[in-house]
Amino acid sequence: MEAIILQILNGLDKGSAYALIALGLTLIFGTLGVVNFAHGALFMIGAFCAVTLSRIISTSHTIIDETQTDFLGNPLKVEVPYVMDWFGEATGAAIIDWAVPLSILFAIPVMIAIGVIMERGLIKHFYKRPHADQILVTFGLAIVLQEIIKYYYGANPIPTPAPSAFVGSFDFGTMLGFEANQIIYPYWRIIYFAFAAIIIGAVFAFLQFTTFGMVVRAGMADRETVQLLGINIDRRFTLMFGIAAAVAGLAGVMYTPINSPNYHMGMDFLVLSFVVVVVGGMGSLPGAVAAGFLLGILESFASMREVLNVLPGLNQIIIYLVAIIILLTRPRGLMGRKGVMEE
Amino acid sequence: MFGLDKKDTRLLLLVAVLVALAPFILNPFPEGSGMAQFNAGYPDLMQRFVIFGIFAIGFNILFGLTGYLSFGHAAFLGVGSYAAIWMMKLLTMNVIPAVIVSVIVAGIFSLAVGWISLRRSGIYFSILTLAFAQMSYSLAYSVLTPITGGETGLQPKVNDARILDGALTDGATPKANLFGLEMGSSIEWSVGNWLFTFNAGYYVAAIVMLLAFYLSIRIFRSPFGMMLRAVKSNQQRLNYTGLNAKPYTLAAFVISGMYAGLAGGLMVAMDTQVGAERMFWTASGEVVLMSILGGVGTLIGPVLGAGAIKYMENILSKINSDILHTWFAFLPDGLEDFVVTLIYPFIGKGWHLTLGLIFMLVVIFLPGGLVEGGQRVARLFGRKKKSTDTPDGKTTPAE
Repeated sequence: MEAIILQILNGLDKGSAYALIALGLTLIFGTLGVVNFAHGALFMIGAFCAVTLSRIISTSHTIIDETQTDFLGNPLKVEVPYVMDWFGEATGAAIIDWAVPLSILFAIPVMIAIGVIMERGLIKHFYKRPHADQILVTFGLAIVLQEIIKYYYGANPIPTPAPSAFVGSFDFGTMLGFEANQIIYPYWRIIYFAFAAIIIGAVFAFLQFTTFGMVVRAGMADRETVQLLGINIDRRFTLMFGIAAAVAGLAGVMYTPINSPNYHMGMDFLVLSFVVVVVGGMGSLPGAVAAGFLLGILESFASMREVLNVLPGLNQIIIYLVAIIILLTRPRGLMGRKGVMEE
Repeated sequence: MFGLDKKDTRLLLLVAVLVALAPFILNPFPEGSGMAQFNAGYPDLMQRFVIFGIFAIGFNILFGLTGYLSFGHAAFLGVGSYAAIWMMKLLTMNVIPAVIVSVIVAGIFSLAVGWISLRRSGIYFSILTLAFAQMSYSLAYSVLTPITGGETGLQPKVNDARILDGALTDGATPKANLFGLEMGSSIEWSVGNWLFTFNAGYYVAAIVMLLAFYLSIRIFRSPFGMMLRAVKSNQQRLNYTGLNAKPYTLAAFVISGMYAGLAGGLMVAMDTQVGAERMFWTASGEVVLMSILGGVGTLIGPVLGAGAIKYMENILSKINSDILHTWFAFLPDGLEDFVVTLIYPFIGKGWHLTLGLIFMLVVIFLPGGLVEGGQRVARLFGRKKKSTDTPDGKTTPAE
C-alpha cells in the first residue's frame, strides 16, 4: 500500500507538468484549430523567465568591507545585491531566496505578451493552411526560440533552487497514518502539484463562470455563429492563445527547482505532451488534464523495481505504448469529442 | 532512355554528372586561401550529402506523394544501421550483404510500423510514427543493449566471428570494403593549389544514390505514383470510387522505410559504427526539414535540401568569431565589432538558429521549397525576356 501511494505521488509532479502543457495545447487547438509544436518552447521560456528574474534580483555591486579581511589581511571585497541595499539585509535575502515563486508574477505578463505576439505575428497567417504546414512552421519556430535561449543562456542546465523553506522532504506517510519513513516526499513536488491544480482550476473556472469564457466556449463550438452575432471572436481567441502560453510558462517556472532548466527541456516535454493530448482526446480540456495525470502516474508505476524485473525497459516506453493502444482502440482518445480532427 | 521521358532523362543525367564531378564542384577554392573553409569536397561530407540525399528521397516518396507526415523515419535508418553492423560483425566486412540486409530489415520493420500507424491519418499518424520511433530509441538505449550496444554503440571488432572473411591478424582494424576496395581509401590529385579527393566510399554511395534517384523518378511517373497523389489530394473521393487507399499508402510507407534503411546501411558502410542517437526524434525532424527546404513532392528537391542542410551543419558551424573578424577587418573598428556581434549568433554553434529561420521563411513564403524558389526566379527572368519583344499594350509611334 505504501509503495502504491508513493508511486502515485511520484507520478503527480510529472503528471502535473504534462497536464499543464497538454491543457495549453488543447486550448490552442480547441480555439484556433492550430497544432502548436512550439508549445514546448513556451514551457522552456517560462522556465527561463525564472532564471532571468533570479539573475535580475541578485544583481549586485562590489563594496569593500573593512570589518572583514581575506587571508592576506586586505579588506575583503563583498558582493552586495541591490535588493539588500533597498529593502534591508533580511528582506533582500528573502526576496532572493523566493526568486522562483516571485517569477510567477514576472512570467504571466511576459508569457501572455509572447503568446499574443506569436499568434498575431505568425500563427494568424496559418489558419487556412493545412495542418502539416502549421506543424512545420511551429516546429521551425520552436527551433528558433530554443536556439535564441541557448545563445543567451548557454547549453548547460542552470540550477535554480526553490526557496530554502521548501528544500528537503517530509514524511507524508505519517500524515496518512502509516509508519514513519515509508513515504518520504519532497516539499516542492507537492507544491508543484497544488500549484498545477490551482492553475487548472482557474482555467476551468475562467472558461465556465465568466462571460468572456462563455463566449470563448461558444466560439469553440461554433465560430461562425458567434461571429454572426457581432462578437469579435478573433480577439478573444488571440487572448486565449496568450493564456495558453502563460499556462505553459507557469508550468515551466515552477518546474525549475525540480529539473534545472536547459534549452532543450521544452522539446523533451513537447513530444510527451502531444502524446498526452492525443490520448486525452484532441480538443477535450478535461481529457488533456486527466490523461496528463494518468500517464504521469503510469510512468512512475512502470519504473517500480517489481515491474521492471518482469518487463525490463517498460518505464521508457509505457507512455508511447499506451498512446498506441488508445489510438488504435479508441481513435478519439479518452474523452475526445465527435468530429474534432477526424480528417 | 531507361523508360524515362526526355525531361526526366535530362534531370537524371544532370544529377549523375553533378554527383560524378562533385569532388571538383565542391572544392572551388584553392587550399590555404581564405575561402578554403567553404570547400565541402572532403570525403566525409560528400558521403553524407549522398546518404542523406537517399534518406530524403525516400521520405519524399511518402510525404511528398501521399501527404502523410511521418515524424519517425529515423527509426528505420537506425534499424538499417544496426542490421548492417551485425552483418559486418557476423558475416563479412564486404558492404554488399550489409546494405542488402539493412534494406530488408528496415522494410520488415516499416511494414510492421506502417501496418499499425496507417490506420489513422493526419496528426494522429504523425504522433503514432513518433511514438514508435521514440520507443525504438528508448529500447535501443536500455533493454536491447545486448543487440544495440546501448550508449556505447557498436563497432566491428577484430575478434568478431565474420564467417566469410579470413581471420584478421592481431592489431589490424576491420575495414569496410567492396571486394577488397576499402571504403576509406581515396585518390588525391593536386592541381596547382587545388587538392581534389576521390573517395571510393563516396563513389559507391553515389552510385547507390543515383539508382535510388532513378527508382524514385520511376515511382513518381508510374500509375502507382499517380494513386499516391490521389491519396494526397482527396482520400475520401478515392474511397468513393471504390478504391482502398491503404495498400498504396502502406506500400509507399514501406518503400520509404527501405530507403531509410538503405541510407542507414550506407552510413555504416562508410563509417563503421552505430549509436542509438541516430534514431532520436530530432533526426526524424531533420529529414522533414530537408524535404521541406528542398521542395516537397519534387524529384530533385529533397536531394538539394539534404545537401543544403548538411553543408550548413558542417561548414557554417565551423566559422568562429575570429574568422568573422578577419572578414570584416576592412570596416572601421567599432563598426567591425558591431557587425561581428550582429552575425555571430547565426554561425558557429548557432547554425541551428539560421536553419530554423530559413526553414520558417521557406514554410511561410515558399511552400515549394528551394525548387519553387528556383522556378520563380527562372520565371521572372523568362518573363522579362518575353516582355521585351511582346507589345506592352501601348502603341508607340514609329519613327
